[in-house]
Amino acid sequence: MSYLSLIIGALFTQNFVMVKFLGICPFLGVSKKINTAAGMGMAVTFVMAVASAITYLVNLILGSKFEYLQTIVFILIIAGLVQFVEMFVKKSMPSLYNALGIYLPLITTNCAVLGVALLNVQNGYNFIQSVLYGTFAALGFTMAIIIFAGIRETIDDADIPESFKGFPIALITAGLMAIAFMGFSGFTI
Amino acid sequence: MNITDIVTAVIIVGVTGLIFGCLLAFASIIFEIKSDERETKILEVLPGANCGACGYAGCSAYASAIVKDNAPINACSVGKDAVAKKIGKIMGVKAGAVEPMVARVMCGGDCSIAVNKYEYEGIHDCLAASKLAGGPKACPNGCLGFGNCVIACPFDAISIENGIAVVNEEKCQACGICVKKCPKQIIKLVPKKNMYTVLCSNREKGALTNKYCSAGCIGCKMCEKVCSVGAIKVKDNFAVIDYDLCINCGECAEKCPKKVIVKRDI
Repeated sequence: MSYLSLIIGALFTQNFVMVKFLGICPFLGVSKKINTAAGMGMAVTFVMAVASAITYLVNLILGSKFEYLQTIVFILIIAGLVQFVEMFVKKSMPSLYNALGIYLPLITTNCAVLGVALLNVQNGYNFIQSVLYGTFAALGFTMAIIIFAGIRETIDDADIPESFKGFPIALITAGLMAIAFMGFSGFTI
Repeated sequence: MNITDIVTAVIIVGVTGLIFGCLLAFASIIFEIKSDERETKILEVLPGANCGACGYAGCSAYASAIVKDNAPINACSVGKDAVAKKIGKIMGVKAGAVEPMVARVMCGGDCSIAVNKYEYEGIHDCLAASKLAGGPKACPNGCLGFGNCVIACPFDAISIENGIAVVNEEKCQACGICVKKCPKQIIKLVPKKNMYTVLCSNREKGALTNKYCSAGCIGCKMCEKVCSVGAIKVKDNFAVIDYDLCINCGECAEKCPKKVIVKRDI
């Protein structure tokens, strides 16, 4: 499997949010403004890239004998990383910290992060592939959430029927975006 | 699965946790943000109006400024003495008394007496009107009465009465937002204990002022002469009351030929 197809797959054909439906919580939660969406994307990208690397190494220690420990150890690692990111963001970007609010610590339970760690193991990726997959899956997430935030910002100004205002129209938008992303699924590289 | 497997599993998870715990403990020292518990306590005491009268972005910004930058503890004009005392208790310092202030619009030239120099038909906004040759009022310091201060007031304390802004002094919290908003800069914060204020801002010569408005200070010095404590001085054709000296006797208001020194009940 070439690296290029891995990257394209992670970004488009197997986009975490739009095709695999992982990481929906922050996707809907912090997509009201492009700025905060981008901040969230960056935080998730960092956590997923580093988590992919560390979980790959830890998985070597676990081996097949302690496979059953994967979930708990991976979550431990992710929780630690998220804590680190939280401290970093709080110190260096207080405004972003305030904007992300509860969704920042919730990256811990973002299934996209645990998902990428488990998928790396499942697909039998080596170290470089794991990190690439983690990074570009996260960038795919970032791309999706920024596009979605852009659409939502525009929708805010649109004349929407009363009953569709707010979350209903956001969910419909997300669904339409997912359909659009299905268009990529025909590609094989 | 035997006992060693279980122990190894426990060790693996335990060690991973320990490593991350240590790393986080280390990171928390690097990324430490000194948060002071006094800050949260002060924030609880503050009124939470976030009006910005204290000069800070909001109540929480003021709270952190008190703790970090030694901001004065009596800057909150909404909470007044009671809040200042509570903050003083938290900070361990004695609160100086907060002089209760009130905003007053220094103009008495309402529609019936003030002369207009042209007919304004632009957008209903003081700032916009003031850009057009200083506004429709002939007096360069007159209230335009489009109510930018009314909109700005977070406490709903200002209304337009007969073409000029009037502050409801019971509702006014002296946050000073209207003072900043007024393009004519004729709203002033004065101590609430002072009943008498010169409700005019015109600094021009008496003869000229007379042409604009019959309720303008002409600088005749009648008040200066009558004041028993020397609290009024006429400067630049305009009577200025020294609020610290004024004893609220009301002599000046009685003598004023133009009736621009107005009594506000407190």
